[in-house]
Amino acid sequence: MTLETPRAATTASAVNSDELVLNMGPQHPSTHGVLRVVLRLDGERVVHADCVIGYIHRGVEKLCENRDWTQIILITDRMDYVAAASSNLGYCEAVEKLMQVEVPRRARYIRTALAELQRIASHCLWLGTHAMDIGAMTVLLYAFRERELVLDLFEEFCGARLTYNSMRVGGVPLDIPSGWDKRVLAFCDLMEPKLDEYEQLLTNNRIWLQRTRDIGVISGEEATAIGLCGPPLRGSGVSRDLRKDEPNAAYEEFDFEIPLGTKGDIYDRYLIRMEEFKQSIRIIRQAIEGLPEGPFMGKVPRLIKPPAGETYHAVESPKGELGYFLVSDGRSTNPYRFRVRPPSFCNLQALSRLVEGHLVADVVALIGTIDIVLGEVDR
Amino acid sequence: MIDTLVVPLLKIAVLLNGVLISVTFLVLMERKVIAWAQSRLGPMRVGPYGILQALADPIKLILKEDITPARADRWVFTLAPIMSLVPALVVFAVLPFGFDDFYYISNINVGLLFIVAVTSIGVYGIILGGWASNSKYPLLSSLRASAQLISYEIAVTITLVSVILTSGTLNLVGIVEAQRDGGVWFGFIQPVAFMLVFIGGLAETNRVPFDLPEAETELTGGFHTEYSGMRFSLFFLAEYANIIVISAVVAIMFLGGWLAPFPNVSVFDFLEIIPGWIWLIGKMFVVLYVFIWLRATLPRYRYDQLMNLGWKVLIPIALANLMVTGIVKVVL
Repeated sequence: MTLETPRAATTASAVNSDELVLNMGPQHPSTHGVLRVVLRLDGERVVHADCVIGYIHRGVEKLCENRDWTQIILITDRMDYVAAASSNLGYCEAVEKLMQVEVPRRARYIRTALAELQRIASHCLWLGTHAMDIGAMTVLLYAFRERELVLDLFEEFCGARLTYNSMRVGGVPLDIPSGWDKRVLAFCDLMEPKLDEYEQLLTNNRIWLQRTRDIGVISGEEATAIGLCGPPLRGSGVSRDLRKDEPNAAYEEFDFEIPLGTKGDIYDRYLIRMEEFKQSIRIIRQAIEGLPEGPFMGKVPRLIKPPAGETYHAVESPKGELGYFLVSDGRSTNPYRFRVRPPSFCNLQALSRLVEGHLVADVVALIGTIDIVLGEVDR
Repeated sequence: MIDTLVVPLLKIAVLLNGVLISVTFLVLMERKVIAWAQSRLGPMRVGPYGILQALADPIKLILKEDITPARADRWVFTLAPIMSLVPALVVFAVLPFGFDDFYYISNINVGLLFIVAVTSIGVYGIILGGWASNSKYPLLSSLRASAQLISYEIAVTITLVSVILTSGTLNLVGIVEAQRDGGVWFGFIQPVAFMLVFIGGLAETNRVPFDLPEAETELTGGFHTEYSGMRFSLFFLAEYANIIVISAVVAIMFLGGWLAPFPNVSVFDFLEIIPGWIWLIGKMFVVLYVFIWLRATLPRYRYDQLMNLGWKVLIPIALANLMVTGIVKVVL
């Protein structure tokens, strides 16, 4: 991303051309938080777009370097706050990798189920807001209705609805409540017909097709070069999903497919996420039905102090590849260095490339299609 | 004196108040219907089932602070909402709610032409409002509004010509009488024209899927971004008054106006007991419901796609329809 200062961009174009500089955000209904996009417009056509980020930078990485290893789990909740369980999962596994801790099989199954439930909740939010940006308001309410059910399940499991703090280094803090597994399965049964309901409203809708097909096309090579990950990368036909490529939690024990796109436009990315809903339900079913007996917490010292060393561990969060780079000095109870590779941040890099030549109306559709959460972009 | 001044003034007073009150309840209806479509309840707090929300909304809007942005063009900024509301209300003068002159304010021979002419003035309010706000989103929105108007007015007007060919008159009362004499509503004789006028009506009133000038998720509200308080609510009133106008025009031209359905079937003779104006309002409700239903269902068109649809699809269809109507008229 070329980062001219927005002020300079404004003056230059105001003097030299007839372009209109439009500030989209940080207060705008469709920038999904506090993203600011400085658009240079020729009529309604976007000539150039600059993303300005940092409006909710809280210094998460530095903050984490001053907390002990258990407290950090709480902070990871606050990065991608609509997919907190996936952040928990990535961090806990990274620390486990650093400490060489064995996680009990039951805990890994529960974690997988939580991560996939989280994917459904996150995709519900994506679907609702994305459709809302394109003007289909009913989908938002439908998707939030089902997301609410996922949040209920999370609340039952760990007591929180948004920032879960649902995992610990070595396992999960609590065993599943009695009857929870049945309710999860009941949710899976309920969710599948609801997906058809969403698809009825959108998939074959002529206006939806016109608004999403051939918009923001990006080839597989270019997507890889920019560093896209998650559904936007798979939408361009590149088969990379960490659940298959570098299986973590209990993914290698389950049977599921990775949907791939062909063209790399908004519609492909939409179809992929709709298919991911179904695959997530499939994984959850397998995880809950095959839930093994045994302990839910591994043998971990009360005061976590990993040996000196460094590690990088990534998981497939709903947004893409969420990686943690941790350095421990082996002496203190806090990390020496804590660094996150946030999928939202990396995917956002593609935005200025994607929107060029499209219209203002497509900008909001494209912000929706890359599915960013500003809490994670800025950290 | 009484016939030329007092009676029309009384009618105007009744009609104006009727329109304004029905606008507030139309907003309530829209909120309720959309809520049901989205598996919610909608407004429930004010009065039983939220019925008094229709009064609470305007009171809130009137009490709000009315802000004029520092750099706005003050006069035009104030003029714009008035310019969009007045034409919307003026059109009601020629809408007939029944046969005899008790049911309309004025029965002019070129009623349809008058409606087409006056409703297109309303868009100036949007254009001027967007321009006078001196802000970028409203400006983009007013450009969209003018592009949209040009794309749709032509198609709708050409379509209206084919209806006029069928009825042989521009007079709205005459159009309904033609449907009575023909024994069949024009919606069945001219289904293509019906659809075109309906789509054009959606576009003209800036309703989903053609709500580009408002486009809340793109242009943060479009032309009324900078408006607040009473001036904002004037725009609001204008939009909904226009919707009522369009639904009335559609009902009069294609759904037989105040005629009861099935005039030829003796079993349904009892339907004639219901007064005509109730039939008309009932038909308007059906059209309004479809407007709201579409809003709950469809995504929004993009500005260039809308122009494509207007110029490349609707206008050719309208011309073809006009030709077919003309040929049929000559042959028969």
